[in-house]
Amino acid sequence: MGSVPPPIGGDNHAQRHDHDDGGLADIELRVRALESLMIEKGYVDPAALDAIVETYETKIGPRNGARVVARSWADPAFRRWLNEDATAAIGSLGYSGRQGEHMTAVENTADVHNLVVCTLCSCYPWPVLGLPPVWYKSAPYRSRAVIDPRGVLAEFGLRLPASTKIRVWDSTAEIRYLVVPLRPAGTEGWSEERLAALVSRDSMVGAGLATDPASLAGEAAA
Amino acid sequence: MNGAQDLGGMMGFGQVAGEPEGEVFHADWEKRALALTIASGALGEWNIDMSRHARETLHPTDYLASSYYEVWIKGLEKLLVARGLVTSEEMAASSVLHAPRPTSPPLAAADVAPALAKGTPCDRPPQAPARFKVGEAVRTLNVNPSGHTRLPRYARGKRGRIERVHGVFIFPDANAHGLGPSAQWLYLVCFPASELWGREGDPALDVSIDAWESYLEGAAG
Repeated sequence: MGSVPPPIGGDNHAQRHDHDDGGLADIELRVRALESLMIEKGYVDPAALDAIVETYETKIGPRNGARVVARSWADPAFRRWLNEDATAAIGSLGYSGRQGEHMTAVENTADVHNLVVCTLCSCYPWPVLGLPPVWYKSAPYRSRAVIDPRGVLAEFGLRLPASTKIRVWDSTAEIRYLVVPLRPAGTEGWSEERLAALVSRDSMVGAGLATDPASLAGEAAA
Repeated sequence: MNGAQDLGGMMGFGQVAGEPEGEVFHADWEKRALALTIASGALGEWNIDMSRHARETLHPTDYLASSYYEVWIKGLEKLLVARGLVTSEEMAASSVLHAPRPTSPPLAAADVAPALAKGTPCDRPPQAPARFKVGEAVRTLNVNPSGHTRLPRYARGKRGRIERVHGVFIFPDANAHGLGPSAQWLYLVCFPASELWGREGDPALDVSIDAWESYLEGAAG
């Protein structure tokens, strides 16, 4: 390994860390200092920063995608629309914009399992899934999803038969992919709300399946 | 560029560690890093391709040793310096040493929700017919540009098939370098794993990328 170049801002970060930092890590100090500079110079409004954080903590997350999947399971016309023009179909439920400007939905079938990755950065469909989890942005997932997806899925506890085809979608452009997992058996006649509770974030990336309702019944009884 | 960001097919990083769905942030500074990145981007001083290029031009050891929000902050610092908005001296001193440069007004709290809901569409109206059609065999070029590209190394010089024609989209290889949108047709190109990984390729695996027209040439068959 070569030496890591000093971070922008120079050695002061390390020196600051030695005193009066209340035990904060370098990166915390670095972000805090940058935020102060940006506010003081008038480039960002602190109230806007708070609003951005609040949006992704409370409004935009994987429950949005779960509602899209549930609607697709329950409503054949919506399912056709989602497959033909996912951006518009998803937009009709109120989910649109940043990192979801160009959506494509990909349905799992009995024979084909879909898995989404961004090997080059962290492209992820924010309006329907929220911010990506750490693993999605990490080197282990990004490196292996395209060469050993079966091994990656096994680490998520998902062991697919060798006969199940895997299709990996590397998000190298601005198209954002949403996996529509298979609807579990035994959910005929369920409301969209009940169906949505079966749809996990991981299942909409392809790193899992929709929850088997039998396991939910077990939890309720416990 | 053949940087540390181009991870597809690399080995040795270990297992994937899943995490519960409710864990959006793991520290307060991550929240601020996200918000600063988005709010700074709203100044319109750079585009998303410039942001990605700023991150991938981190030293490879720095990139790989950093968490993703750290990569974002380090990339943001580079963009701010390059645009003359903040200087390295200011970051080192943690204090304002130079008057702010005039910019568009900062993103206001009331504009956050509409701005996020609108996003930044990257498609453009076609100016010419698409060169390739669905089902056609193509080969990706074996290219190694020193600038930004969205053609990963593992998919260069490989034969695949056009599965969809997405439309015309801004071309990152140009846009990242201030050369304008230079929009091109974008295709979904699918490869069998054996083409990408040879005899180690999973016989029941296909991998697709989204590829701009200038990444592709026709292939017989």
